Amino acid sequence: MSAIRLDSTSELLLKANDIRVDIINMLLPAKSGHSAGPLGMADIFTALYFHTAVHDPKKPQWDGRDRIVLSNGHIAPVLYATLGEAGYFDKKLFNSLRKFGSPLQGHPHKGALAGIETSSGPLGQGLSQACGMALAARMDKKKHVVWCLTSDGEHEEGQTWEAVLLAAKYKLGNLVAIMDRNFIQIDGPTETIMPLESMAAKYRAFNWEVVEIDGNDMLEVVKALDAARTRAASGKVQPPLMIIAKTVPGKGVSFMENAYEWHGKPPNAEEAAKALAELRAARAKIKA
Amino acid sequence: MKLEANLFAAEMKKVAIRDGWGKALVEIGKENKELVVLTADVSESVRTHWFEKAFPERFVQCGVSEQNMASVAAGLAMEGKTVFFSAYGVFSPGRNWDQVRVNIAYNNLDVKFSGAHAGITVGPDGATHQALEDMAIMRVLPNMCVICPCDEKEAGKAARAAAERKGPVYIRLGREKTPVFTTDSTPFEIGKINVLADGSDVAIVACGVPVFEALKAAKNLAEDGISAAVLDCHTVKPIDKKTLVEFARRCGCVVTAEEHQINGALGGAVCEVLSEECPTPVVRVGMQDKFGESGDGIELLKHFGMDSAAIEKAVKRAIGKK
Ligand SMILES: Cc1ncc(C[n+]2csc(CCOP(=O)(O)OP(=O)(O)O)c2C)c(N)n1
Ligand SMILES: [Mg+2]
Repeated sequence: MSAIRLDSTSELLLKANDIRVDIINMLLPAKSGHSAGPLGMADIFTALYFHTAVHDPKKPQWDGRDRIVLSNGHIAPVLYATLGEAGYFDKKLFNSLRKFGSPLQGHPHKGALAGIETSSGPLGQGLSQACGMALAARMDKKKHVVWCLTSDGEHEEGQTWEAVLLAAKYKLGNLVAIMDRNFIQIDGPTETIMPLESMAAKYRAFNWEVVEIDGNDMLEVVKALDAARTRAASGKVQPPLMIIAKTVPGKGVSFMENAYEWHGKPPNAEEAAKALAELRAARAKIKA
Repeated sequence: MKLEANLFAAEMKKVAIRDGWGKALVEIGKENKELVVLTADVSESVRTHWFEKAFPERFVQCGVSEQNMASVAAGLAMEGKTVFFSAYGVFSPGRNWDQVRVNIAYNNLDVKFSGAHAGITVGPDGATHQALEDMAIMRVLPNMCVICPCDEKEAGKAARAAAERKGPVYIRLGREKTPVFTTDSTPFEIGKINVLADGSDVAIVACGVPVFEALKAAKNLAEDGISAAVLDCHTVKPIDKKTLVEFARRCGCVVTAEEHQINGALGGAVCEVLSEECPTPVVRVGMQDKFGESGDGIELLKHFGMDSAAIEKAVKRAIGKK
């Protein structure tokens, strides 16, 4: 029931490029906000909202929709860009990000904007809420899939692991978590701040199914998400699935890539112009 | 107001306040098929085990994870469930305040949760387990309703009223067996004070276990010729301003009594209302900015000055300030 479904890789790549452009354009007037995470996750958001997930931007409350829970709320710009591109709201709102009176709050607020499943910002809480949604779906024998987008940094929060235990206990096979494994957090590389490896082994030890992908390879992303959805929608009582998506933070903007310093700052006018020029060049390449 | 006859008889029936909550959950569960109950490894102590037995398919055992439980509850509520969860007050809402704040209150969800073993009367477990700050940390949250029932019957009514109410509700429950002095016909309306005894010299505004202590105090004070009104202010938020102001005007002084720190909960709320609407001397009975310690619950209530004798003393001080 997806309103817009893009099937060819090049269409999806163009859409991801649009979303990256939106993110830069949104962050520039906002004068604050996060650049790296949103750019790194643009491919996954594109594949999810424009290809795999079942949803309808014209009926955001439709009960049959897949639930997409964003746990790491600070990457809100990629969520807003994607929802706007998908038609949940007027793209004119983009330049109101973080401004007084705007529904594009600094961190997502449920009810402020169609398409936001829950408020987030404090890290480590989304997976628990997604578990609650998945439990409710099971109790009511509903067939939609609950997706939870998480970051690597929030795996330093104890609550994330409480949710991991609960999802495994109840074999929430209708739950698919996707981790933005970009190896950065605010103060530096994750493995310096708080070593997290091996994430895959940890999840397997907690009785989850694990898939590892390159989160910036559109074809690989689409294949993994499609397979995950088919499995999760089967209605089987089975282990929950974690897709560990290795992404490049700042992806698409050379001077932001892999630099943790871009975790939580927006580009200035000069940087934004440079970033947009790079994204235009990338667009031309996709078209060629 | 209809209360039990022979209020102060030694043979007054005593039941734990938490039992009222636990029994009500089963009743609500029969009518409301959307009711889901969660617990964090303390189902018997918080009396959710009766619901678990009756409706295992609608019970979620979260293990020792109060933060996770609050957020799972939010997820269920976002899918249209009426969600009740329970754990010890010190940990829930003590440990999961941020989850309650953002996932439940900010999203304004139908989640009703109880903090059990609240107050000093939990006794022997000592200070770590005596929730004496829970109402204060819940009362400051927008959208949150805070209720502190005075006996087992009122706890049942509070649970039913909470299920009917839109939005989040926090209910604090004591563990100790205490007199059941209200009856099935004693009214209960969220946000409305129950005037248990009328009076003209002082208004004693109480919630929870100290309500009964206030009734005892009023009886003793009457022998000294002091006419004390006793107000059961079970809803600490939204507080019944109208009745508070009416009695402050009539009596000219007020005593608050609660099994909680004197700062931030009932005592604080009454002072806020009266200083804005009708400046009146107030003396607050409660925990005097201290941590508790081990002991028998009733002994501790006396030691830390939250029993009827402490209320009587406070009344005399309050009258002296008029
Ligand atoms: C509970 C909580 N503590 C601290 C923060 C502040 N904070 C925001 S993002 C972040 C870094 C987390 O790492 P990650 O999510 O991996 O960030 P990214 O990859 O997007 O840079 C921190 C500490 C927060 N939002 N929530
Ligand atoms: Mg990261």
